[in-house]
Amino acid sequence: MKAILGKKIGMTQIYDEQGRIVPVTVIEAGPCVVVQKRTRATDGYEAIQVGYGNVRPKLVNKPRAGHFKKFGVPNRRHLREFRLQDASQYEVGHEIKVDIFEAGQKVDIVGTSKGKGFQGGMKRHNFGGGPSSHGSMSHRVPASSGSTDAARVFPGTLKPGHMGHARVTTQGLTVVRIDAERNLILVKGSVPGPNQGLVTVRTSVKKR
Amino acid sequence: MDLIQSIEREQIKREIPDFGPGDTVKAWLKVIEGGKERLQAYEGVCIKRGNAGLKECFTLRKISGGVGVERTLLVHSPRLERVEVIRRGEVRRARLFYLRGRVGKKARVKEKRYIPTATKA
Repeated sequence: MKAILGKKIGMTQIYDEQGRIVPVTVIEAGPCVVVQKRTRATDGYEAIQVGYGNVRPKLVNKPRAGHFKKFGVPNRRHLREFRLQDASQYEVGHEIKVDIFEAGQKVDIVGTSKGKGFQGGMKRHNFGGGPSSHGSMSHRVPASSGSTDAARVFPGTLKPGHMGHARVTTQGLTVVRIDAERNLILVKGSVPGPNQGLVTVRTSVKKR
Repeated sequence: MDLIQSIEREQIKREIPDFGPGDTVKAWLKVIEGGKERLQAYEGVCIKRGNAGLKECFTLRKISGGVGVERTLLVHSPRLERVEVIRRGEVRRARLFYLRGRVGKKARVKEKRYIPTATKA
């Protein structure tokens, strides 16, 4: 698996070779730096810890600054781990750039969805709601939450509540273009999260 | 540095003639037919110009075989080879949707006699 951290820039359209318009999301990804390696011997699993994004020294707290210093890597804003089958090809200090991907490839994109606040059942769980007229007063109510026989509400029953600002993965998106000069990945379709949000781009789990 | 704008700007065509609503325009479109590419002309009255930047478009209306046909084309599409202005029209509004309800002589657009060139003060 290959993965890189990036920032969602926004959406636009581009023309493909046939002159068709393709909706794309622009992601500014990398360059990321390998900060630490997790190995089976020391940690029980194989992974690389990757840093991304420039940061002012003031914003890095002391424990984290010490962590970067220990491995001799400049401070980065974000730290993430990518679990790998085999991390032997990576060394601490290695740079990961967008050229690990190529146009036409399928990728999964992980992001944090836009926060929607406290939302009702209709928006949050696609409930149907009640009739809008004919004397009905139950327009957007979530209806019954269970039987009287049970005398309680079962755990996991769908209810209104906080929606969004959760980890979301969009699978099987096509890479339309790679711009190695400007560190850009153009992906067909939409990507979770707001513009400027942190996203992980990785090779697709399901599609090849 | 706006990355979205710079990506869009790369795809914008340079040479497009100046035309607007009321003008009769001939659009040359690239058509792929049986593996071969050829040019196909579509001529009609421009009834609207829309959007801006990369998404700029225009709508051409013509009567084909007694049936009104409208095509909306993207100005910066690579499939649009070139655009010719056939005739300038004198109109008083930006959207000529009133042509849709008209047939025959009433559906004409008056020709512009005076074309203001070099109006820069």
